[in-house]
Amino acid sequence: MTASVFFGCTFIAFGPAIALFLFTIAREPLRVIFLIAGAFFWLVSLLLSSLVWFISVQISNKESAAQQKGLLIFGVVLCVLLQETFLGASTRTENTVSGLGFGFMSGAFSVVNILADSVGPGTVGIHGDSQHYFLSSAFMTMAIILLHMFWGVVFFDACEKQRWWAVGAVVASHLVVSCLTFQNPEYVNSLVPTYVILLLMGVWAFYSAGGSLRNLKLCLTCKDKDFLLANHRPR
Amino acid sequence: MVNNIEMDVESNMEQQVSGAAPEPAQQPQEAAVIRARSRGSSGAEGGGDGGVGGNGSGPEQNGQPPTARPPHVVETDEDEDEELTLKYGAKHVIMLFVPVTLCMVVVVATIKSVSFYTQNDGQRLIYTPFPEDTDTVGQRALNSILNATIMITVIIVMTLVLVLLYKYRCYRVIQGWLFLSSLLLLFFFSYIYLKEVFKTYNVAIDYFTLAIMIWNFGVVGMMCIHWKGPLRLQQAYLIMISALMALVFIKYLPEWTAWLILAVISVYDLLAVLCPKGPLRILVETAQERNEPIFPALIYSSTMVWLVNMADTDRPKRNSTEVPQQEPQEAVASPAPSGMLQDDGGFTPSWVNQQEHQLGTLQTTEDTRREIQQLPSDRPPVDDDDDEERGVKLGLGDFIFYSMLVGKASAAASGDWNTTLACFVAILIGLCLTLLLLAIFKKALPALPISIFFGLVFYFATDNLVRPFMDKLALHQFYI
Repeated sequence: MTASVFFGCTFIAFGPAIALFLFTIAREPLRVIFLIAGAFFWLVSLLLSSLVWFISVQISNKESAAQQKGLLIFGVVLCVLLQETFLGASTRTENTVSGLGFGFMSGAFSVVNILADSVGPGTVGIHGDSQHYFLSSAFMTMAIILLHMFWGVVFFDACEKQRWWAVGAVVASHLVVSCLTFQNPEYVNSLVPTYVILLLMGVWAFYSAGGSLRNLKLCLTCKDKDFLLANHRPR
Repeated sequence: MVNNIEMDVESNMEQQVSGAAPEPAQQPQEAAVIRARSRGSSGAEGGGDGGVGGNGSGPEQNGQPPTARPPHVVETDEDEDEELTLKYGAKHVIMLFVPVTLCMVVVVATIKSVSFYTQNDGQRLIYTPFPEDTDTVGQRALNSILNATIMITVIIVMTLVLVLLYKYRCYRVIQGWLFLSSLLLLFFFSYIYLKEVFKTYNVAIDYFTLAIMIWNFGVVGMMCIHWKGPLRLQQAYLIMISALMALVFIKYLPEWTAWLILAVISVYDLLAVLCPKGPLRILVETAQERNEPIFPALIYSSTMVWLVNMADTDRPKRNSTEVPQQEPQEAVASPAPSGMLQDDGGFTPSWVNQQEHQLGTLQTTEDTRREIQQLPSDRPPVDDDDDEERGVKLGLGDFIFYSMLVGKASAAASGDWNTTLACFVAILIGLCLTLLLLAIFKKALPALPISIFFGLVFYFATDNLVRPFMDKLALHQFYI
């Protein structure tokens, strides 16, 4: 527990996202604003789905654990659908940065309380639960944040090119990822497929953003003239 | 888009400096902190040079007929115009996001680590005399309404007093008031803060060292805020005193009272700024008539560096001869649009020199200025520099209330970080929207209502609806 777990999990969960933020967004004020707007939209979607869930819980049978779990699952699905709706709305008006905004907010909401708890004293899984709770949460969060960003890119591209099957695929993959987490704490079953989906979505997003193997090679060998020109700083 | 945030100063509470030997049982009274309300007034293109034509600080540049064009923007192409506007608008929004975020981070970090500010010691401010630990909910609600009413009345009275003082040119009184209040904040409140931080981290420190630290902190702060100092240092001090003030509010205002006060203050801000007879509006208009900046030392300004230079160079028209020592910090305080705090129309010294070189000596009459502005864009590309220098200002009152909301959220919401995050994002978006409205309407707008409204909505919604949902999800490790 304590500091090492806290820092480790924080960097695992937010490292890639913060790196992305620093390298691509932090310099452009407009993008920062879009990022925050994306976070805001995610928040609104979460609020609405929580409202629905809350109302449904109030009118349901509070004793039945199965029913509560069922309602929770319903809440999750509804939340995912609402998120995608708002993602559509925000990528119309903004650009792909809002996907990362969604991701940041989603990751933060999922993991910040857990991180705060990891600082304090305690033993993980003392009552027989999984001992990898923190670590798995951190990895899952990283995957989710990156996935949100990829979904944003693909969504934006799909909307532009009017490819509705792609939009459907994004929504479906989001649902799949969320539903995979229902299997926690069997982490192998949930984390591994999530990462596979992450990889696939990453590749898809890369291609829809205009990347190609050639670009990649040029970029990695620092021979990409456009990139060099764009980032050239005058003395 | 040049954002021009006007400042309206409103006294929050009066500190009886001399007499108030704070009895241990009774809460020391609030400092006569001037709570600067910020109002957005769009500088925009036309706004840019409130000072043009000798209008020292007309926030809306009302002293300037609409035909005057700002010196820096000479865009002939519409699209380019829009794009640049958007870009610079975004830059100014970020220039406000960063300090507001910093202030909130300081407040939240303190609340979460130093328990002093969340403890209920049973002390209350004299402005909120009714306790909230009553037997019935109804009684508590009533008490909080009464508390909020008293507080708002005090604020309204103070504002009116301030407006009257300003109208009858009692500048010395206002200055002294401001000086005393910042003195109190920088020395007394920071001493308490430091003491509590040391207590929390169990740092043993002697009074001599503490005295030296506080003395240095305070004196440098007074210098930076009321006189001259490096820009970043001044900004840092302003953020710190806003955070300190917000912490005091968080500690001494009971819960329901605090939320009520936030709500009512936003409504009051809206009314005071937009109604024709609102005190803040009267204040602004009076300042414009006199071509003076409103009040010094309680606005956060994002660019000021070149103005320190300007204070030394030959300034064309110096209106405020009545308060000569205000001069350097007029740079700070003048709500004139963007960073242009004096009536030089946003002309940087280099630009002025260049123009003088090109056109001969500039005379500082309205007509010649207008003429120059209407010259074809033979201008050197000082545009970027001009816009860089042309910062944006926000009143400290806004900092204080934003931070108070977020701090209260982190203190009260059962230790939940989600609520804090939600309020934080809501406030930033509110600020963004306010600045956007500013650009659209190009007139004085209050900066509190939208942000506080969003903040309150998100606080209550997240605390009551989202938190149980997220807790359940975290329990099962479901991800959405």
